[in-house]
Amino acid sequence: MEIKTTAIAGTLESSDIQIMLMAGQDGIQIDLESDVIKQFGNQIKQVITTTLQQLNIDNVKVRAVDKGALDCVIKARTIAAAQRALAQTTPAWEVL
Amino acid sequence: MKNNVKRELPAELMAALNYKGFESTDIGHPDIQRVAPKVHVTTGEDKVVDSIVDVVKATVKDGMTISFHHHFRNGDFVFNQVMRAIIDEGIQDLTLAPSSLTGIMNDMVVEAIKAGTVTNITSSGMRGSLGDFVSHGGLKNPVIFRSHGNRARAIEHGDIKIDVAFLGVPNADKLGNANGMAGKAVFGSLGYALMDAQYADQVVLLTDNLATYPNTPASIKQTQVDYVVKIDQVGDPDKIGSGATRFTKDPKELKIAQTVNDVIVNSPYFKNGFSFQTGSGGAALAVTRYLRQAMLDNQIKASFALGGITKPTTDLLAEGLVDKIMDVQDFDRGAAESMQSNPNQQEIDASWYADPDNKGAMVDQLDVAILSALEIDTDYNVNVMSGSDGVIRGAIGGHQDAATAKLTIISAPLVRGRLATIVPAVTTVVTPGDSIDVVVTEYGIAINPQRQDLIEALSHVPGVPVYTIDQLQQLAEKKVGTPKPLEFTDRTVAMIEYRDGTIIDTIKEVKD
Repeated sequence: MEIKTTAIAGTLESSDIQIMLMAGQDGIQIDLESDVIKQFGNQIKQVITTTLQQLNIDNVKVRAVDKGALDCVIKARTIAAAQRALAQTTPAWEVL
Repeated sequence: MKNNVKRELPAELMAALNYKGFESTDIGHPDIQRVAPKVHVTTGEDKVVDSIVDVVKATVKDGMTISFHHHFRNGDFVFNQVMRAIIDEGIQDLTLAPSSLTGIMNDMVVEAIKAGTVTNITSSGMRGSLGDFVSHGGLKNPVIFRSHGNRARAIEHGDIKIDVAFLGVPNADKLGNANGMAGKAVFGSLGYALMDAQYADQVVLLTDNLATYPNTPASIKQTQVDYVVKIDQVGDPDKIGSGATRFTKDPKELKIAQTVNDVIVNSPYFKNGFSFQTGSGGAALAVTRYLRQAMLDNQIKASFALGGITKPTTDLLAEGLVDKIMDVQDFDRGAAESMQSNPNQQEIDASWYADPDNKGAMVDQLDVAILSALEIDTDYNVNVMSGSDGVIRGAIGGHQDAATAKLTIISAPLVRGRLATIVPAVTTVVTPGDSIDVVVTEYGIAINPQRQDLIEALSHVPGVPVYTIDQLQQLAEKKVGTPKPLEFTDRTVAMIEYRDGTIIDTIKEVKD
């Protein structure tokens, strides 16, 4: 799937994550900022990558600002940002 | 070598600094020889000086140990002025031995380390840019962290030999009679500074309020003071403590506070004449409110409240629910004002408060202590010193000391954001699990299996689920996931003493 527009989901409140998706050419590239990057950086990137792959998004630039979100929150924000970036009006239910 | 909380200690450093590993929370009954300070005899007519630089020139030499108190907290104007003068004089190789270091001092300490002015530090704690600097190897020699009671012990033993103490006070007369209660930047109890006034070879008071002689009540006495320096302002009253104490509305904190109260009320210690110590966090303040209602409902009064005092506690004193407050430090203006007006709020020094090598410290008489934690592990060991990234950002304070109470409760959320509070092994052991009796989270409590009596007393309290500490740890891990272990180098940047002066753990340089 092609990114049609730059899109954002999530806030900078604690326990949330803000995900911004931008068009990219070179696979899934994630720029992550997090206070728990030492302990959970790989896992956060893994959740974002897996969620994007499930949505068939292969080329995208991701800017993620994490404030200690749990995996379920990271997945939800990634799906919401993707739906906006793909200009979809209904969620990809089969992925949820 | 490993100590009794299973921490590997650096043998070479331990030998070089003549340290033993932590063995037991039991202090026993050793005979102790205390030290005494040197006294430069004077009739006291020439103590007042106008310039910090002049007094620094007269007192501080290379290689000395200097000290400060932290009663002004983030409103401190004294530390930075004195350190500026010392750095500018080009003095080298000092040991900095304050009662603690607050945020406003951080940048100056980093500058002093870089200039070679400070080469050793002992403190209750450090945070922010200084903690970061030390954790990244900025200071060659390891920092020695001591609790408030242990600092008193170390001063009395001569482990900390203070050459010059620089003590800011909101009032003093020309000979050095001073207290913390009257003036512009008041902080109440001078508890920690009283050790320095009693044991330092040279005592320099700094004040913005030269009182008429003789100034009473005198917490620091003219017999102890060498110099009185008049400066423009000793501190910012608005930053010493919060003006009005905040009562938390956070449902998680309220739930924890309510459960702490349930634990206390259903314990065998909740009876007429009991004693307690609470901290200053949101949950601790809320506990005081719940406890007040429980005391009214059950017609129970406390004999004393101890430690760092806040307005909710002095309100209990005013209401007659607490007979005495034994006050080593005040966290807000309300508590400081109460100390001035209420004779039942007794100022105590750090030795009286919590020194283990004593003829009886207040903490030895304490029934209930409510303490916080950054991390608790499945052996009940508590970390209040290093963050989840391994960087120094905390203070021992009176944690190890108050934890010797008959009922020590740790109140903490199960998880903070994505970080588990209850973990398989804490990053840094500060207070040994042997001291901890009950851990309270918003999900339920865990009781140290060493306390079968408490397990019996607390297992059937309505609305208070009891878990094992392993169950709480697994519950936390299920929520947040398994963290990648932190990476450290082999270099020791700090050593944590237990209150008896043995080493309970070390902190290593972080790898980034």
